[in-house]
Amino acid sequence: MFDMTRTIIENFFSKAHTRLYPLQTREPFPNVRGNLFNNIEECILCGMCQKKCPSQCITVDKGAKTWQVDPYACVYCGICVENCPVNCLYMESPHRKPTAEKIMNQMVQVKGPEKKKKTAEK
Amino acid sequence: MSTIIPFGPQHPVLPEPLHLKITLKDEIVTEAIPMLGYVHRGLETLVSLKDVDQMVQVVERVCGICSCIHAHTYCMCVEGILGIEVPQRAEFLRIIWSELHRMHSHLLWLGLLADAFGMESLFMHCWRIRERVMDVMEATAGNRVIISVNKVGGVRRDLSADQIRWIRQVIDELEAELDKIKPVLTNDYTVKKRTVGVGVLTKEQAYELGAVGPVLRGSGVAQDARMTGYGAYKYVDFEPVVETDGDSWARTMVRFRELYQAIDIVRQLINKLPDGEISVKVKAAKPEGEIVCRSEQPRGELMYYVKGNGSKFLERVRIRTPTFANVPPLLAMLPGIEMADVPVVALSIDPCISCTER
Repeated sequence: MFDMTRTIIENFFSKAHTRLYPLQTREPFPNVRGNLFNNIEECILCGMCQKKCPSQCITVDKGAKTWQVDPYACVYCGICVENCPVNCLYMESPHRKPTAEKIMNQMVQVKGPEKKKKTAEK
Repeated sequence: MSTIIPFGPQHPVLPEPLHLKITLKDEIVTEAIPMLGYVHRGLETLVSLKDVDQMVQVVERVCGICSCIHAHTYCMCVEGILGIEVPQRAEFLRIIWSELHRMHSHLLWLGLLADAFGMESLFMHCWRIRERVMDVMEATAGNRVIISVNKVGGVRRDLSADQIRWIRQVIDELEAELDKIKPVLTNDYTVKKRTVGVGVLTKEQAYELGAVGPVLRGSGVAQDARMTGYGAYKYVDFEPVVETDGDSWARTMVRFRELYQAIDIVRQLINKLPDGEISVKVKAAKPEGEIVCRSEQPRGELMYYVKGNGSKFLERVRIRTPTFANVPPLLAMLPGIEMADVPVVALSIDPCISCTER
């Protein structure tokens, strides 16, 4: 009957199992799917990520040379990263910090990849 | 004189929006009528908007707890129509993750049950143990709950030798931790007072009302969809966990013993894990035909009906979730018990209303 009592008394003298979260954070595991980024200068703007995304959170505009992800619609499945033909998409492990306003993650291509025509043909 | 009390959809005990209209006669329940439809999201209709591959991510979101098994069953259906043979390693990995999901789901439920009968410290302990499983999932699959490892044709992530060693170590520790809380669950006065003899469902009732999963096995029917040997279950040696009492206590013990069973299955699978490919390439899947697949979720038997019409969009996906089957047995359990026991009995079927309403 007093099985739990012993554990409870032990807990008074043992180390806490929880962290003081904002002050003390745990290192994320490697390869955890977190925030999505694009190495935009290598991007060929093919729109494969936009086509494959299950939540339609990526918008690629070939004319304006912009690539945009809505981090609030992203479901962190990592399918875009797997399907990118030039491997310019990557996910960073740490999670997004809380914010007060919704900011879209938009990137504008300035120069573009060097062998643009060749990769586009592929 | 009888009183009608609305139980839920907002209830301190249940995070799920289950609504029961409970008719009382002097604190004793005489009738319960369920009202569903508070979290209907229309996920089945999304087949007309998302293609075959994208639907994997949609069906994962049917249930927040057992996402892996939903995706696995859906993939089994599509692979069945297309006639794709999944590599053996992928089958093993799918079941390893499925069993890890079963562990974390049952630990979550044990914690919630402890919370429901007012044993806060047991609740905290269950969730502390659960956190180890979540860590395994995060490190191996990339996400904590909706792990998104299944795809049509195989799995998307592999386990390295280091990770396998680590998983083995974690499940050993998990077993030691479970041994510690076992006497609390089996001997404690508080636990027994609230669960033993409460919400009894006889074997005949369970069978006739179509109960599934731990509710059915808690009433003494040894039925488990895993015994059909889908995926890698055909390579594993196990027996369904059965209790005969049919009360809340029996259902608790079925789930608690299934935790040990899941640990055992993961251990067996890790020992037998074959080498090789983890997925086969499926190019522009356009399934044509229909299929029904069954699998065992932590809550019971899950059924998927998939119909393809030869385009990249499926024509129909019908999902029968275990809680949907377990609601009629719940209504049979409730009459005759006290109002104060209703939360515990309702929780003992492990309701997942967002599953039920999809």
